[in-house]
Amino acid sequence: METLLEVRNITKKFSGVTALNSVNLRLGRGKVTALIGENGAGKSTLLKIMSGIYNDHEGEIFFKDQAIQFSRPKDAQDLGISIIHQELNLIPYLTVAQNVFLGRELVDRFGFLDQDKMNQKTRELLHKLKLEVAPGALVGSLKVGQQQIVEIAKALLTESEVLFMDEPTSAIGESEVDVLFQIINQLKEEGKSIVYISHKLDELFALADDFVVLRDGRVVGKGIMNQISRDELISMMAGREIQVIKKSEKKSSDKRMLRIQNLWLKHPKNPQRPILKDISFDLAEGEVLGIYGLMGAGRTELCESLFGLHHRILTGTITLDNKETSFKSPIEAIQHGLAFVPEDRKKDGIVAGMSVGKNISLTVLEKVIKRGLLSKKLESKLYRKHVESLNIKVNDEKQFIRNLSGGNQQKVVLAKWIERNPKVLLLDEPTRGIDVNAKNEIYELISKLATSGISVLVVSSEIPEILAISDRIIVLSEGQITAEFGIEEATENKIMNACIPESMNK
Amino acid sequence: MIAIKKYANIAQLQSLIALFFMCLILALMADNFMTTDNFWNVMRQISVNVCISVGMTLVILTAGIDLSVGSVLALCGAITAGLLKFGISIPSANLFIGFTVFGAVIAGMLAGGVMGLVNGYAVTRFKVPSFVATLAMLTMARGFTMLWTQGHPITGLGDSFGFLGTGWLLGIPMPVWISGIVVFVAVILTNKTRFGRHVYAIGGNENAARLSGIPITKVKIWVYVIAGILAAIGGLLVTARLDSAQPNAGMSYELDAIAAVVIGGTSLAGGRGTILGTVLGAMIIGVLNNGLILLDVSPFWQQVIKGMVILLAVIIDKSNQKDE
Repeated sequence: METLLEVRNITKKFSGVTALNSVNLRLGRGKVTALIGENGAGKSTLLKIMSGIYNDHEGEIFFKDQAIQFSRPKDAQDLGISIIHQELNLIPYLTVAQNVFLGRELVDRFGFLDQDKMNQKTRELLHKLKLEVAPGALVGSLKVGQQQIVEIAKALLTESEVLFMDEPTSAIGESEVDVLFQIINQLKEEGKSIVYISHKLDELFALADDFVVLRDGRVVGKGIMNQISRDELISMMAGREIQVIKKSEKKSSDKRMLRIQNLWLKHPKNPQRPILKDISFDLAEGEVLGIYGLMGAGRTELCESLFGLHHRILTGTITLDNKETSFKSPIEAIQHGLAFVPEDRKKDGIVAGMSVGKNISLTVLEKVIKRGLLSKKLESKLYRKHVESLNIKVNDEKQFIRNLSGGNQQKVVLAKWIERNPKVLLLDEPTRGIDVNAKNEIYELISKLATSGISVLVVSSEIPEILAISDRIIVLSEGQITAEFGIEEATENKIMNACIPESMNK
Repeated sequence: MIAIKKYANIAQLQSLIALFFMCLILALMADNFMTTDNFWNVMRQISVNVCISVGMTLVILTAGIDLSVGSVLALCGAITAGLLKFGISIPSANLFIGFTVFGAVIAGMLAGGVMGLVNGYAVTRFKVPSFVATLAMLTMARGFTMLWTQGHPITGLGDSFGFLGTGWLLGIPMPVWISGIVVFVAVILTNKTRFGRHVYAIGGNENAARLSGIPITKVKIWVYVIAGILAAIGGLLVTARLDSAQPNAGMSYELDAIAAVVIGGTSLAGGRGTILGTVLGAMIIGVLNNGLILLDVSPFWQQVIKGMVILLAVIIDKSNQKDE
């Protein structure tokens, strides 16, 4: 096997904390290598070293058996090493084509930008990726999933030989995942070497040839993918046996907490294309209702509509706790007992530069006020209560939330809502980009909250997840409810069939 | 790790050390620097900038900016002076309203609040970028000042008003008392109240703040109103000290205020910074101004040096953030 890229004894420290500890890795031509590990295990750091983003590490890098040293990302790019980041690196105010060609713009013989040629090439790439978006569309107007595909297009543009993909499917729907897998297999056949990071083990088994498991910055296992079992992998990552999916027994009450009738959400620009079409459903007290749909099915918009974010373009009746409501803002929704954990944690969920303690108290400041002033003591008490009950891994109250892992950040976001004791909890992709352990903890938490009487609406693009936590499942497709299942009758196939838009069946 | 935890104070500590060394050098180089007279002189001079900068800090913490403070200062000073001296007379209705010092001062502060309200409304309801909205207010308020004063200073405002600018109380100059109270209230406001927490959250992540139920519009409008009132207080101090409202008072004061805020370690991106940092920033600028004059540095060089200090301060602050 020809080795494209190899690293030996890579060690990297962040202000004294060891993130990687003498890591060895060898990437063969035409192989997909799964890089596995919990959040904070050092996967992203390793990718950043191999793609020249970090260069103050110990150890050696070889490309085609030549020792090399990167001083900046461009050095790696020039050799044909591309990285697709977990956090999207796109400029929202530029068009898709401008983003794809960023830093590699094509010029005509006068030195001016050759927009036509770039648009044409972008169109071809997007077509290959089955993304129906005009090259001239602004990236900021695209959904997260679509942006992710643009990011992939960007990497495909350079004739990369080594491609790193950091959670490429964290934001895209299942049908887009299929397209991505086809592309990856195609790239593999072309002799490229791919490193694939994902928390979704099913994907890794479907895709990878080799695997490498990182834990606490060390390689704790490597081998051939089809010679290892799922459970073995998980225990390697975690260093202990865990249950992958835990389902609790509970019964919902008969009390109807939320009733949605004939909800229509207009498209802000195009009145011919409503985002939500005639949505009606009920949510009982203590019930967990799963909402499954592909990207663009209107899942996020449904949550946002209930939370008072689109009241100007929303029609229909929302009845909460037997009272008809029409929230004009999140403030009103919150006052009436709603809570919303948004999909994009970094953008909408956390105040990154604030401490963990302050993020928790954000929704309940009135509870930590004593004689008109914020009380440090009460705030600390609140912090300790939630850190303990949700098992949040954090150094101390003052630690910035941005320094926490994704799972712990999400727990903080949940904590600030739990403290309000909401009637209805809206969760939009609550486990996106979170490691297996933290996922399970969040599943357990959701079922605990439901048992305590909170009605939960969970949006997810992972079918196993939705099957694991829901009492009932609704499938959305192109803004409409296309199916509803009780948990006993729901299967992966049924859900998939219901979520494929009609336009794709033709 | 200890360094990280204490980061919030690193910027302030550095400012404090910088201030200390500046004072040390000046004490060695200029005989008349380390005198009681000069100390109070500097303190009195910076008190106007402190008032404005505190308001500016709040605005910048929400990731906005207020360029109008210099003009608002001038207009409010002029309004107070005009009301105090001439009152309001409406001959057609045979009506004359005279103003006491207290009444005129309150009227001036109200005017500042109203101008801040306009800024806040433009920024929130009409989504005008704060840079543009307050730039418009800068121009308008200056224009109104010229209209109100007819382009001439309003002088001779009486001793009791002048006391605000030149008087002493318990051995401390009045402007220092006033700016000290402003700082004290602002420190409580930012650290100890819901409002303060909301300000930080909005600047840190407006989306997350909105989804957490924070009344973004209300908080932002209040921030601009407070900035306007504090600019008005600055205007009162300037006017009282000179016993005169100058139509071109407060020119480019907004830049000194922004400089103080930035030197004090507040991020222009919002969400990070402290009032005490700003006070230190204002002191550094004040001592620098004073020292350069005492050392007889040419006014042209003074500007060059001030600019370099601002740049240096921000560079140091950026490297602090990297360590984080």
